[in-house]
Amino acid sequence: MQIETRPYKKIHLGISLGFTVFYSSVVVIIPLFGLFYHSLGIGFTGIIEVFTEERIRSALFLSFSVGLISAVLNLFIGFLFAWVLVRYQFPFKKFFDTLIDLPFTLPTAVAGIALTTIYSQTGIIGSFFDKWGIKIAYTPIGIVIALVFIGFPFVVRTVQPVIEELPKELEESARCLGATPFQTFRKVLLPELWPSLLAGTGMAFARSIGEYGSVVFISGNLPGKTEILPLLIVTKLEQYEYEKATSIALVMLLTSFLFMFIINFFQERASKKLT
Amino acid sequence: MKKILQFLQFKPSFSAILTVVMGIGLATSLFAESTFLHVSFDPTRELYEDINKSFLKSWKEKKGEEFSIQQSHGGSGKQARAVIDGLEADVVSLALSYDIDSIASKSKLIDANWQSKLPNKSTPYYSTIIFLVRKSNPKKIKDWDDIVKPGISIITPNPKTSGGARWNYLAAYGFAKRKYKSDEKATDFVKALFQNTSVLDTGARGSTTTFVNRGIGDVLITWENEAKLALDEEKRSGKNSLEVIYPSESIRAETPVAVVTKTATEKGNLEKATAYLEFLFTKEGQTIIAKHFFRPIDPKVSKSSAKEFPNLKLFSLSDLGETWDTAQKKHFADGGVFDAIYKTK
Repeated sequence: MQIETRPYKKIHLGISLGFTVFYSSVVVIIPLFGLFYHSLGIGFTGIIEVFTEERIRSALFLSFSVGLISAVLNLFIGFLFAWVLVRYQFPFKKFFDTLIDLPFTLPTAVAGIALTTIYSQTGIIGSFFDKWGIKIAYTPIGIVIALVFIGFPFVVRTVQPVIEELPKELEESARCLGATPFQTFRKVLLPELWPSLLAGTGMAFARSIGEYGSVVFISGNLPGKTEILPLLIVTKLEQYEYEKATSIALVMLLTSFLFMFIINFFQERASKKLT
Repeated sequence: MKKILQFLQFKPSFSAILTVVMGIGLATSLFAESTFLHVSFDPTRELYEDINKSFLKSWKEKKGEEFSIQQSHGGSGKQARAVIDGLEADVVSLALSYDIDSIASKSKLIDANWQSKLPNKSTPYYSTIIFLVRKSNPKKIKDWDDIVKPGISIITPNPKTSGGARWNYLAAYGFAKRKYKSDEKATDFVKALFQNTSVLDTGARGSTTTFVNRGIGDVLITWENEAKLALDEEKRSGKNSLEVIYPSESIRAETPVAVVTKTATEKGNLEKATAYLEFLFTKEGQTIIAKHFFRPIDPKVSKSSAKEFPNLKLFSLSDLGETWDTAQKKHFADGGVFDAIYKTK
């Protein structure tokens, strides 16, 4: 009898490849192809024309700028959450740890309605800020809050395992060798955490651009002011303009893909530096 | 021997695959089983639950046959697209005839002359657009003219995403056009109206929530049945913070119904579907309609429920010299009046 020492190296061309190809085509490739096919119906110039519309351009700008702001916020908030959850002990820790996943599982519309209730002028937090003349719901600030809400678990869940893996001795020896806390963080911890932070932030960002459910409730949807790209897709569909709708979707998809690609590139470079 | 053993080892997974395949087969056959599907728009959910109960009872008495009716509700345009894309509806009831026309022209599932197949242009009930304001009307809103004044905050859904909101828009436009006798002034009027609008929700129910629960805005432009529902809701929870205002004039918001002829025929449901929609025009159907705050077209029924539906001057789309097709192109399509309102801002 022959003993295989490295079973994973064996190439399973039969069932495993068939399974992978079949499911990725059904779930990802065919629908995406449909998207391309639909939007190419109006031609390249048609797609360009769609994006010369003032409303679409301002929505494009809004979607990407609030997406970026919320992603950066998520980077910090998510990191802080993950750090606290791993390194500190406090009562009900497991409970809070589970709570992080809530934005993943909660229907985003429910999140949107709940956030709007809290942040509108009559809400608990909204009424407080209203006294200072700051409106949160129905402004871009509200959109950012919704996006932070749906995005931060991405950062927490990608960074958390990496922090868990970090040996405490690493920090301790750095401190013993005379590094200040900030130096320890910047030179010892950050290089280790950087790849996962980038990955999590990238996912949160890609998700925010496409987020619809929670944002339409809190944004107020005023054209040119608080109207996001996914909403414009819906308005195009409502006019039976499938091609215009899919071409907006296509551009969002390509941009998201590009961002993910760039982030993956940096992530890879950062992790190569480590090894 | 080794081969057989291998085969036996493989067997459990083989049977598992078989089970899954059979399961999928069973599930599809269950879905394919002829059920009666009614695709409708959002605010008619409770209405048709009632209608279905009465219709099924009368159908059983007449034909001795029992069946069940499934309902699907959502935004009017979204529902129309679902039918075009293959949702097997036997009948549709939508917020605008434009949406049913779109099904007819884009999928040929409905006959082009669907409006002539049932009484009153296939419209068993209608509603109108009115105002909901805060109790005792602090901003003294009486008519359309009052809400375009500076400093009034309006809540109305987005006509780009909500079929019902297009009626709101056209009600305002129609009022101004009839009063000032000019297209230009009417456009200025709706422009002023939307400049006063502080939140554009994607659907009518969303706007109601924004106005009633979030306390935003001075006036909600809404369907009569939606306003009455909101008042009903308040009464039940013991609150009293809203007031209905009837403007001097408003639009007759006609919400038609149609048999999806091709699908119903294929599913063998044509007779049922036709009888179902005809039931809406009977006295019994009309009474249920009135109970759910839609205005019945039967003069006898509307007389007995006159208290619920105050008289106001109603104009129809054709009174404005428009059809849905022209109105859609002029106002709501890309580059139309609605887009222009926000461009010049």
